[in-house]
Amino acid sequence: MTGAKARPDWAPYLVLPVVAVLALPAMAFPTWLTLTVAGAAMGMMLFLMASGLTLIFGLMDVLNFAHGAFITLGAYVAVSVLGRLAGLGAADSVMLNLIALAAAVLVAACVSGAVGWAFERVIIRRVYGSHLQQILITVGGLIVAQQLVIVLWGPQPLQIPKPAALRGSFIAGGAAIEAYRMVAVALGLLIFLAMHLVLNRTRIGLLVRAGVENREMVEALGYRIRRLFVGVFVAGTALAGIGGVMWGVYQEIVTPAIGDEMTILIFIVIIIGGLGSVTGCFASAILVGLTANYVGYLSPKLALGCNIALMVAVLLWRPRGLFPVAKQ
Amino acid sequence: MPEPALLTLEGVHTHIGRYHILHGVDLVVPKGRLTVLLGRNGAGKTTTLRSIMGLWRASAGRITFGGADITAMATPDIARRGIAYVPETMGIFTQLTVRENMLLATTSGRFDEARLDGVFALFPVLKQKWHDAAGGLSGGQKQMLAISRAIVEERRLLVVDEPTKGLAPAVIEHLIEGFRQLKQTRTTILLVEQNFHMARSLGDNVAVMDDGRVVHTGTMAALAADEALQSRLLGLSLASHQ
Repeated sequence: MTGAKARPDWAPYLVLPVVAVLALPAMAFPTWLTLTVAGAAMGMMLFLMASGLTLIFGLMDVLNFAHGAFITLGAYVAVSVLGRLAGLGAADSVMLNLIALAAAVLVAACVSGAVGWAFERVIIRRVYGSHLQQILITVGGLIVAQQLVIVLWGPQPLQIPKPAALRGSFIAGGAAIEAYRMVAVALGLLIFLAMHLVLNRTRIGLLVRAGVENREMVEALGYRIRRLFVGVFVAGTALAGIGGVMWGVYQEIVTPAIGDEMTILIFIVIIIGGLGSVTGCFASAILVGLTANYVGYLSPKLALGCNIALMVAVLLWRPRGLFPVAKQ
Repeated sequence: MPEPALLTLEGVHTHIGRYHILHGVDLVVPKGRLTVLLGRNGAGKTTTLRSIMGLWRASAGRITFGGADITAMATPDIARRGIAYVPETMGIFTQLTVRENMLLATTSGRFDEARLDGVFALFPVLKQKWHDAAGGLSGGQKQMLAISRAIVEERRLLVVDEPTKGLAPAVIEHLIEGFRQLKQTRTTILLVEQNFHMARSLGDNVAVMDDGRVVHTGTMAALAADEALQSRLLGLSLASHQ
């Protein structure tokens, strides 16, 4: 009658420190520190872009190939908001600069979330349960969204003004650290902690975690899971919009394909992390960011394929990702 | 005087894809009694329960619960009318703790402490495992959790699908005792069971299914006393399964 006590699985938690420590002997410490911070910042931006997708797939079993469109939307909203708040962005005050960026993040989240709500109501709800139809209709949605962006903002690449105080870097531990990257790390950590709290300390979070594992049973307990689906889809697309702002400002240039170009990398992140796992997505995004930076420095020719190689290696070790989610 | 019907199925047909599974099921579950649904594998017992819960939609016929037609209702609305469902797979959320699994079954998000103490008295092991992940429980403990989740708040009807499947005899005896105590509270229960010892120990009424239809209804006492009927309906004798 006594159930075997489940042993905690620490292996996936060790991957990040092991990768970071393995890279250290191959380079000088200041270089390692610069690359590690840069990789972590890139990872945080990847997490912001990918976390919504992993939740949407985990709970709703929806393959949303249009997720990149919400990243693009977020980046273009940032162009408009930061353009209108150019005075704040150019001011010689870190606080005013951060207010400008925060405004772009908030507006992008609201716009992406609102468009996500409409997208779920009009398109996604018709294809629940059919992966083939989901792929076809969301790829179609991605193409339509790109064309709408061209209609609204034009086809030419647009400059996105990075707030003045976030353009420079500072020296820490002998390494040059970009200020903007630290903001990306802080925002990524903040959102991860917020998601962690919501998922683990609230009734809504409990329902989401239960729904990821067994949607039918959640319904049999009296909960309308379709309402939860809408909420998660809106949150997921709002997060994609936030990711789009941070990535667009980081690149300092925005094109209609900015989200589309990230789609493959985002899918790699959520597959490595374990489909449906927010913790897995977080760890995997940082792993991908670190690996890309270390490999890009040590062997630039290998940088292009290192993410695919990383995914293959992880899946050979753990076929359902670093933090697999049980499904019934 | 017979108990009034709490749940009634009249001529229920259910299709799953192109397969016609239920061919006009008629069933009455009286209030305050334990009704056992018997039948060989593939007879349509699980489909009947899933049709009641709206998990598979009845394509024809009528299902009424407490006088209300629930045939076309969505599953959450059926559950909110006071039906607790324990599926064959138990439906335990393995990545949640025992406490979290139980909490999901409360309507207010809070436990009624007195009722919770009653559940712990029924299945003390759950109190010991309260903060453990449900995935680490044994099969019997998971079944106890599934049943506890169904009774953590007062329900008008428990629908339980093969609770003894794959469990050790000692655990089955424990479950029988648990159901026996539930019966004393006059809880209405519809139980699908292949374990005839359990069916006979607990059942007030019985319905036997074959090929998507109910082919016999009556009292369990009458079926248990009639070996010829057992042999005709079930192909065996209850006496040989004690």
